[in-house]
Amino acid sequence: MNPRVSTGRLPWPVLAAVVVLAAIAPLLVSDFFLNVILTKSLWLGVAAASLIFLAAYGGMVSLAQVGLYGVAGMTFANLVLADGGSSAAWSPWLAVPAAIVVAGIVGLGFGWIAARSEGIYFLMITLAFSVLVFYFFSQVTQLSGFGGINNVDIPGLLGNPEQDPAPRYYVTLIAAVLVFVGLSALSRTAFGLGLQGVRDAPARMRALGFDVTRHRTLAFALAALIAAVAGILSVWYNRRITPGSINLAQTIDILIIAVIGGLYRLEGAWIGALAYALIDNYSREWVPEVGNVLGPARFNTLIGVIFLVIVLLSPGGLIGIYESLRDRMGRRRRRTGGEGGSRSSPGPESGPATGTVS
Amino acid sequence: MPGPVDSSSDAPRDESARVTTDALVEAPEATATRAARTPRRIVLTAIAVAVIGFLVVKAAEDLRQFTVVTLNGVTLAALYFVVASGFTLIFGLMRVVNMAHGSLYLLGGYLALRMQESWFKDDSGLGLSLSGASDTEYGLAGWLVPLIVATLIIGLVGVAMQQVFLRWNQGQDLRQALITIALSVILADQMLAEFGGISKDIAAPSSWPTSVLLPGDVRFGFFRGVVVLGSALLIGLLLWVVIKRTRFGKIVRAGVDDRDMVAVLGINVNLVFAGAFFIGAMLAGFGGVLGGTMISLAPGQDTAFLLNSLIVVIIGGMGSLGGAAIGALALGLVDAYADVYLVIGDTDLTNYSILVTFALLVGVLAVRPLGLFGRPA
Repeated sequence: MNPRVSTGRLPWPVLAAVVVLAAIAPLLVSDFFLNVILTKSLWLGVAAASLIFLAAYGGMVSLAQVGLYGVAGMTFANLVLADGGSSAAWSPWLAVPAAIVVAGIVGLGFGWIAARSEGIYFLMITLAFSVLVFYFFSQVTQLSGFGGINNVDIPGLLGNPEQDPAPRYYVTLIAAVLVFVGLSALSRTAFGLGLQGVRDAPARMRALGFDVTRHRTLAFALAALIAAVAGILSVWYNRRITPGSINLAQTIDILIIAVIGGLYRLEGAWIGALAYALIDNYSREWVPEVGNVLGPARFNTLIGVIFLVIVLLSPGGLIGIYESLRDRMGRRRRRTGGEGGSRSSPGPESGPATGTVS
Repeated sequence: MPGPVDSSSDAPRDESARVTTDALVEAPEATATRAARTPRRIVLTAIAVAVIGFLVVKAAEDLRQFTVVTLNGVTLAALYFVVASGFTLIFGLMRVVNMAHGSLYLLGGYLALRMQESWFKDDSGLGLSLSGASDTEYGLAGWLVPLIVATLIIGLVGVAMQQVFLRWNQGQDLRQALITIALSVILADQMLAEFGGISKDIAAPSSWPTSVLLPGDVRFGFFRGVVVLGSALLIGLLLWVVIKRTRFGKIVRAGVDDRDMVAVLGINVNLVFAGAFFIGAMLAGFGGVLGGTMISLAPGQDTAFLLNSLIVVIIGGMGSLGGAAIGALALGLVDAYADVYLVIGDTDLTNYSILVTFALLVGVLAVRPLGLFGRPA
């Protein structure tokens, strides 16, 4: 069922330039933009990256990532000093590994169950997991407080983000870069290559002696760790966590981010997140008011329509659009350059759009 | 001439084919996991025995409460079944996971509510009502007509959805799931804009009694106990007859097994797909009207019923009608019992009832990854 996967990457110099640009961003943009657009899209991108990692390298489109980051966020918020929840008043630095470990264990359990199913079954089972996590936290108010957990203590390193958002931005940026570099490197290891083998030909991998289910389970648990990082960053960003912030809408938002960016390219996570944050903030100013149907209050309709259009036109997301444009330009240049059609490669411009049934 | 398949030779061939495919699929797993499976079976049997024993003790303590709780569970299951049977029908035939199924459910309920309020609100009765002016009373038609019209409209909405968005990318199941997710986001937001965020409910006909007296001096809601349960049984029976006894059902069953072969035999598969989507969506809309009368209509119910349908078909096995019935019964009873009986000593654990639902899901998937009646796609 998987569309043809292109797990290529933008060239390293381009990525390095983006990171340098991101590093000097606090000098270039306003505090508001830094906080509401850049910091937010960085942590949303980490969450989407955990989804894209599983989809691109493991062939598993998981909707449980928001549930898992909810587990991590709730664990963190309960362990440190906060209003609501159990408020155990741990040091935030101690709570970080604890939250990641808890989410990792939950992820291992989810993975153990879900990894034996494939394709669309996997999607449904992980969706059920995510929604069950939401219902769990909305029912168990001992753990989630009555109005959510507020004023969550954050590490002193972040300073006071209300006055100076730069430290929090840098911490989030470093975490995002580490996640990206780590996942890229992982895809080149024996484990990552084995995972891609499992994605493409599970029967052959089994014949080669791989334990396919265990491989998928471990990959899922690994993605849970990434999701946990996103969960902790989200709590640092919002200073609060409520069951409403890990509900189905958020699950779908992360999926939308991944799809808008490009479900089969790791860097698509942050491209999609940036697009999402920009639309989220600025659409209210330019969207025309059409009765009850469209308007500033109807953000979900707008994002839903954008999502629908992307899925219908370019399943490769924004990266897919960019690549098909580039290929088309390249072909035209080649044609004018007189190299002719002899070099016609077998249709790279079709990209992931040519998904077929396996 | 695409004559109907000979049913006498059809059934046994089908059985043997299934056995061989099952054997083929299980072969590599079976040898490896047989050793691990026996202790797992023992553990699960022990858990099942413990749960049943616990329920027997509770039943002996207070039989009347137990009856009411059980009836609650069964009627909830009836509603789940109505909604989930449409979901499983669409998936079974087309491999389309309709993530907008919950939205169709909620939309059906809202449409019926709107019709009831605008067509049947009887202004002449104002002031005569003894129970207060806000309680408008409706006749039987004031409930039945919206039910039928809303159900049909939702069926057409489903067909439109399938024809416009899903027909041309048949077979790309992930893409289709994403498309229906996008549609559900848009529908949820539009319904919030149109119908508001306050919980509303559809009025049952005032001529119906509010409750019925059952043997053992148990009172139970008439609508829940009779109308919902009756409709679910009727729908189950109708679907069974249609699937097992009619030509359409035969094509559907054949399509579940081998879609391409059916198309090659000269059957207009697109028409059959549209028909299945019509019925599947209709069941969601019908469930929405029942649920809107029995529980309520509010934003978030679409999510709740999508989740319920998912759990029901994951437990029962995708595409299986009997599986949907058993899955719905399991989910409904577990919901009902966990909401009441999850009290151990003085500690009230009913908050954690969702964990029991989760345990049910995990327990089934641990033994049968494709659900109780699931077959490999």
